Amino acid sequence: MTMEGETSVMVHAASRCDPRTTWEDVCSLDEILPGTGVAALVGGEQIALVKTRRGALYAISNFDPFSKAFVIARGIVGDRDGVPKIASPIYKQNFNLKTGECFDDPTVRLRVYSVRAVAGRIEVQGSSGGWKW
Amino acid sequence: MSSITNGTGSPKRRLCVVGNGMVGHHFVKEAIARGLGRTFAITVIAEENDLAYDRVNLSKWFDGKKREELSLVEPGEYERMGVEVLRGDPVVALERDARRVRTASGRVVGYDKLVLATGSSPFVPEIPGRHLEGCFVYRTLENLAAIREAAQRSTTGAVIGGGLLGLEAANALRALGLETHVVEMAPRLMPLQVDDVGAALLRERIEELGVTVHLGTTTREVLADESSRVRALRFADGRELTVGLVVFSAGIRPRDELARRAGLDVGERGGIVIDGSCHTSDPDVFAIGECAAFEGRTYGLVAPGYRMAETAADALGGGTQSIDGFDMSTKLKLLGVDVGSFGDAFARAPGAKVMSLCDSGAGVYKKLVLSADKKRLLGGMLVGDASDYASLVGYLRAGSPVPDPPEQLLFANLGVGNATGLGVDMLPEAAAVCSCHNVDKRTICSAIRERRLTQVGEVKSCTKAGTGCGSCVTLLAELLKSELKRAGVIVPNHLCEHFAHSRQELFHLVRVHGIRSFDQLIAQYGHGEGCEICQPAVASILASNWNEHVLDTNHVGQQDTNDRFLANIQRDGTYSVVPRLAAGEVTPDQLIALGRIAKKYALYTKITGGQRVDMFGARREQLPAIWRELGAAGFESGHAYGKALRTVKSCVGSTWCRYGVQDSVGFAIRVENRYKGLRSPHKLKGAVSGCARECAEAQSKDFGIIATDKGYNLYVCGNGGMKPQHAVLLASDLDESTLIRYLDRFLMFYVRTADRLQRTASWLNGLEGGIEYLERVIVRDELGIGAELEAAMERVVGSYQCEWKAALADPQKLQAFRAFVNSETDDPSIVFVKERAQHRPAFWPEKRSLLDERRVRLPVLTR
Ligand code: SRM
Ligand SMILES: Cc1cc2nc3c(=O)[nH]c(=O)nc-3n(C[C@H](O)[C@H](O)[C@H](O)COP(=O)(O)OP(=O)(O)OC[C@H]3O[C@@H](n4cnc5c(N)ncnc54)[C@H](O)[C@@H]3O)c2cc1C
Ligand code: SF4
Ligand code: FES
Repeated sequence: MTMEGETSVMVHAASRCDPRTTWEDVCSLDEILPGTGVAALVGGEQIALVKTRRGALYAISNFDPFSKAFVIARGIVGDRDGVPKIASPIYKQNFNLKTGECFDDPTVRLRVYSVRAVAGRIEVQGSSGGWKW
Repeated sequence: MSSITNGTGSPKRRLCVVGNGMVGHHFVKEAIARGLGRTFAITVIAEENDLAYDRVNLSKWFDGKKREELSLVEPGEYERMGVEVLRGDPVVALERDARRVRTASGRVVGYDKLVLATGSSPFVPEIPGRHLEGCFVYRTLENLAAIREAAQRSTTGAVIGGGLLGLEAANALRALGLETHVVEMAPRLMPLQVDDVGAALLRERIEELGVTVHLGTTTREVLADESSRVRALRFADGRELTVGLVVFSAGIRPRDELARRAGLDVGERGGIVIDGSCHTSDPDVFAIGECAAFEGRTYGLVAPGYRMAETAADALGGGTQSIDGFDMSTKLKLLGVDVGSFGDAFARAPGAKVMSLCDSGAGVYKKLVLSADKKRLLGGMLVGDASDYASLVGYLRAGSPVPDPPEQLLFANLGVGNATGLGVDMLPEAAAVCSCHNVDKRTICSAIRERRLTQVGEVKSCTKAGTGCGSCVTLLAELLKSELKRAGVIVPNHLCEHFAHSRQELFHLVRVHGIRSFDQLIAQYGHGEGCEICQPAVASILASNWNEHVLDTNHVGQQDTNDRFLANIQRDGTYSVVPRLAAGEVTPDQLIALGRIAKKYALYTKITGGQRVDMFGARREQLPAIWRELGAAGFESGHAYGKALRTVKSCVGSTWCRYGVQDSVGFAIRVENRYKGLRSPHKLKGAVSGCARECAEAQSKDFGIIATDKGYNLYVCGNGGMKPQHAVLLASDLDESTLIRYLDRFLMFYVRTADRLQRTASWLNGLEGGIEYLERVIVRDELGIGAELEAAMERVVGSYQCEWKAALADPQKLQAFRAFVNSETDDPSIVFVKERAQHRPAFWPEKRSLLDERRVRLPVLTR
């Protein structure tokens, strides 16, 4: 069980990310308070950008499949047994911030994105396509 | 002989009790408990008009505790016990030959057995001027009332005597707003209980409070002004101290005058001589309490008196119980400073070894007296922190060996070295955990085991421990926890995986250690990053204690969804907005403003079940603009989003209704405005009804107030919702300010002790002793925490701010309301459909096609 370190410069490669897409500048690092998330529009997609209390960054889909609302960024950020997670603000399901997996329903998994901090800015690797019904 | 019979036909014997103080009352209860009411016709004769009251907590009267609350006698209790009481009529003569007593009013009461429980009176040194107007003693409620009145006419007061009672009186003068002096003949304070070092520390702490201490100072005379009122004190060295009020507290003298005149044996230094069964030199006369002298001395504490009362009652019932000495250990809080003194505190035993620790920075002094071989504890004193008192006295009483090396005892609880603290497990079995009721650890632990107790309240009602002064309750809780642990009972009170503490414990840690943020708390007492359970719970605890803005940078991340945006999230991610309409009162202009704003932002509106207006469908990015307009129209946050006070519902009451007996709307507004913003373990709702018809449904609320023609009845712990429960009556016919005081206490007590997300109804259901216990804590203040709870509430009330107003004034807080961090566009995923005359969020199939039309893409759900 490992916890993220104190540093905020951290890259979380997500399995399903298209390597050809480019990094998109989103916001400055201090626009996200530690332990909270913000919503961002990246290539027309709603992404929840999350900074943990210790400064690690994650990017995950903002869509809550249980309520069908775009709200994940407003959830409470924490950990379960050291695994960083976010809880949906509507019905409180928990999602693994590293993998997007839902702790409460193994059939559900949110998309995660690569994110990095460069010179005080946060960049996300959006996807091209892949959004459909 | 009297003609009263005991049901078996044989006439009852007559038992007369002179004096209805703490000990006299305890005796009557003990006698009744032993069935003596069946064999004796009992008559109590009391000098004071008030039936027995809690003299130990006398000073609480100045804190606003009423006579009724200090009373030890429940209304109608003596009638129910079949005991006759004559009050306000002291016994003036004891005629032993005729076996009767005579009262001041001339009544004559015969007896077969007589119990003298006349207590003692304050000693006033025979100096000139001691009877001047402005001179007082400190013993009865009447004394206190007179002092309070005189204090209004004075600016300076002096207490003669720096002992335990003197310091207590000094605190009272200080609280009455007088410049306060303590004049003590001895070279130090509390000469009977503490040594030089302890006394010096005590003096320092007391002077910090602005009380001037004159040591080694003998008062020679009280000087009068031209109207024969106190003007000044003159000391032996000729100095004068200008004062307007003097309280003599130079010790107490047993009231043995009746016995003396009747020829009973009295001690050399006063007091009616008794033997181990509390008989005086007349086999039909007993003496108990402060008026009695056992083994040549009298005892100025309540616990020895209670032991005597029990022993005398036992003897009257034919028992053979006997006393063999008393423990004079004391633990008190004097002017806010803990002082404990026990056993051979002055190390008088030959060869005794002394270990001590003095931390003048922290204001703590601990001294332990050990036997020559350092194996046993003989006594000690504690100043500044008496939290180890019970454990130490435990070692003393049990005479069991102390841990090796004994230095551990000194360092326990100080968090230095690797001392582990005096855990309850180290406490010897014979340790008297509750000194008020003389209950030892063995009795408590076996009660826990045998009766499978799981709640502190249960332990209290089964063993009586903790039902006196309340100072042993924390120890009881620790014993309970350790017993349960030993029995393998899992006490699942941990908040979540991040904190191995219950909500109550966390509350306590936050309060005692002044912890101000979640980060600080989890760093010190938890681990990991927290979760959706502990974060909002801690956020609520912090808010209940310190009332900082929930959107402050170091709190915002822990807030529950709704608090986070100061609005209620709906199923589509939009919010509803509920401004406060205290008591449901609303002006036409306010209604128009609400309508105008709802229309402008296209909000769905509805009247809530809580007598206010809810406006739905606001996007998060619209909330600040909506609130700016609401604020301009005079509205404040309704806290519909918080685990906080929601509404205080009202019915129209006496201002309009032909049946109303009080202004229920006015009072509901006052109550709602007082507690608005109070964060609590779960939401809180109240109501005020203007008469017994109860149109405000107050009996379904966390607190319900129902008007009577004499005031208001207060009901608590009701619930609507999932499992409705009626509120129960806590107190009747209260005036508004008393009711507010009780509510302050009740709400704070709930806030401090309930579990996370526990409404008052289920809290009460889990509270051992139920409403009676609550009544003792809230109304009678038996734990002595009333004033502190009120003060804590006062802080919350005093720091109220409209959360929306404060948020609007802080651009940083408003950042979070943007829909996207990197775009000014509104959230395109929110779609409504028409319904009746308004609209609602689209359901999923509708939403899917509407978003498709707008070309908003939805993510593929991956697996
Ligand atoms: C708006 C309102 C319904 C309405 O349109 O009238 C309402 C709406 C909600 N109620 Fe309620 N309750 C509303 C009056 C009530 C009442 C009636 C009352 O207060 O007189 C009750 C029963 C009384 C009681 O609480 O004892 C009530 C008992 C509940 C309960 C069950 C509580 C319980 O102890 O069993 C919940 C669930 C919970 O809190 O866990 C709940 C929860 C909720 C939530 C917060 C559900 C949620 O999580 O979304 C709803 C929030 C909607 C919103 O965004 O405003 N609501 N709710 C009422 C707001 C009153 C107000 O002005 O603040
Ligand atoms: C301010 C204050 C603080 C105290 N704090 C503590 C403390 O922290 N801890 C502690 O252990 N003790 C404390 N005490 C002492 C404690 O209150 C007494 O030990 C206890 O009240 C003694 O009970 P008693 O019944 O013997 O005497 P009392 O309570 O004094 O009762 C005697 C009663 O008998 C009545 N009486 C007297 N003569 C007659 C007569 N001839 N006819 C009819 N009635 C008569 C009196 O009016 C009085 O009501 C404190 C006392 C005071 C004043
Ligand atoms: S009763 Fe249920 S649906 Fe109605 S407002 Fe309350 S919580 Fe919502
Ligand atoms: S010591 Fe006073 S109640 Fe137990």
